[in-house]
Amino acid sequence: MKAPWLRAFTIFYLLFLYSPIILLPIFAFNASKVVAFPLTGFTLDWFKEMFADQNLRIAAKNSLIIALSVSTISTILGIFAARASVRYRFPGKAPIMGMIMLPLVLPDMIVAMALLVVLLSLGITLSLFTVIMGQVLLCMPFAVAILTSAFQSLDRSLEEAAMDLGETPMSTFRLIVLPLVMPGILASFLICFTISFDEFIVSNFLGSGQPILSVYIFGQFRFPAKVPSMLALGTVLVTFSIVLLGFAEYMRRRGIAKAGGKDSGGFL
Amino acid sequence: MAVVPSSEARTGLKLISPTAIYVILLLAVPLGTVLIYSVMTGGRGNVSLPVTLTNYAELLHKSVYGYVMLKSLLVALAVTFITVMLAYPVAYFVSFHVKPDRKSLWLFLITIPFWTSYIIRVSLWFVILGYDGVLDRTLMSLGIIDTQLNFASYGIPAIIFVLAHAYAPFAVLPIFVSLEKVDRSLLEAGQDLGESRWLTFLRVTLPLSMPGVIAAALIVFIPTVGDYVTPKLVGDGKQPLIANFIETQLLKLQNFPQGSAFAVTSMLMVAIVSIAFVLWNRRFIGGQK
Repeated sequence: MKAPWLRAFTIFYLLFLYSPIILLPIFAFNASKVVAFPLTGFTLDWFKEMFADQNLRIAAKNSLIIALSVSTISTILGIFAARASVRYRFPGKAPIMGMIMLPLVLPDMIVAMALLVVLLSLGITLSLFTVIMGQVLLCMPFAVAILTSAFQSLDRSLEEAAMDLGETPMSTFRLIVLPLVMPGILASFLICFTISFDEFIVSNFLGSGQPILSVYIFGQFRFPAKVPSMLALGTVLVTFSIVLLGFAEYMRRRGIAKAGGKDSGGFL
Repeated sequence: MAVVPSSEARTGLKLISPTAIYVILLLAVPLGTVLIYSVMTGGRGNVSLPVTLTNYAELLHKSVYGYVMLKSLLVALAVTFITVMLAYPVAYFVSFHVKPDRKSLWLFLITIPFWTSYIIRVSLWFVILGYDGVLDRTLMSLGIIDTQLNFASYGIPAIIFVLAHAYAPFAVLPIFVSLEKVDRSLLEAGQDLGESRWLTFLRVTLPLSMPGVIAAALIVFIPTVGDYVTPKLVGDGKQPLIANFIETQLLKLQNFPQGSAFAVTSMLMVAIVSIAFVLWNRRFIGGQK
């Protein structure tokens, strides 16, 4: 390999990207309330403190409810949109798809505030439900992008063959299309789950004080005494994210291999 | 046009209707409402007629408002510039100097930090750079400094630094994709015709990869303009950017029209910069044969 300084730069860049994340496990197991080098010893106290925290449990439960609902709704709505846009031509397709993908090019704050203004004007009480409503908007573009590529790599002659052999459109979809795009559906579900679980803006503004994990973490980091147990929580969450993403990447590659395509890179 | 929709069109519309209705009700209607509110007269917690442009005039006349808008724009542009400049050599390395079967692994390594909680990453910088944080304590215990640096209170530079870290992985991918498309035989041709490696890069590779650079710039610019968390945590919370101002107007002061005018103006800002980038991009696409 040539270009040693380019390689060195890339490695430094990776170190820069990972530097705060590497600190998570280091200080989560460090036996000191003060987060600083040199390290003082090994402890599991912060993990114990984290598991004992009642509010944290409620927040984690709420976040799970939200993330599961958001990933399910986004993926189902995403399947409708991706299938329609790949398979059919219809009037108004460009503006509808544009509107679905719009949150990708709008700051999250704008999406959240616009929705909030309407909800407040209508006198709707903020709850976990309103958080779900808002987060689906943010997750759907990702779901549609993943699902569109899944539906695109589908061989249409397989569907035609099934119809020729006497299947109805519904049963063809269930027996042929669905199994083939399943890896895409799972990848979409996992990506939406991760986005929703980490999402802060909508959770903060449309949640009206309900404890939600990201909002809770944001609040706790301000108290120095709470920082070590938050680092323990961060360690758990980052491990969880990496495992989920590794799995999503694996499903995506399997999906491509199944459809006989060639790997063309990462998630985006 | 009184064309009867074909059966294909009807099936397609029927299929997309749940998703379409969802985004119309929860995205198009709210954005429209904000647009209408921004030209209404506002009191605390209510909006009323007459239609007026005072809210926009306020943005121009009150120097605080104009200052925040300009500051947000400059911070976002600075973050975009730094992120793209750092990402280009990385994308170039992965595209030109990594074996094809290892490329996906490198990209995966670069994207992982993006998928770990944004809140945790920003909060960690607060823990690291803040008053008596990891950096201060470590440097002090090593005897390198005597008093806390407290970098997080440096305001704008700290905000730019943290944002540049937060959005770094976004920039690598589009640049990488456009570098992958560069025809390698063009580079050989350039060198065969007597150009140096550096000149070949400047005259062939760089222009051909500009669409990716511009896409990367857009992907970073859009979320940074509207970032809410970073100015709140680092920079001592004394450097509110546009998102923090929208929050103050809409939620704390309950001034819906003024807050809406802020939101609409920031959307316009994003749109104008995006269009400028896209037009710039067209120059490079036009140059390709």
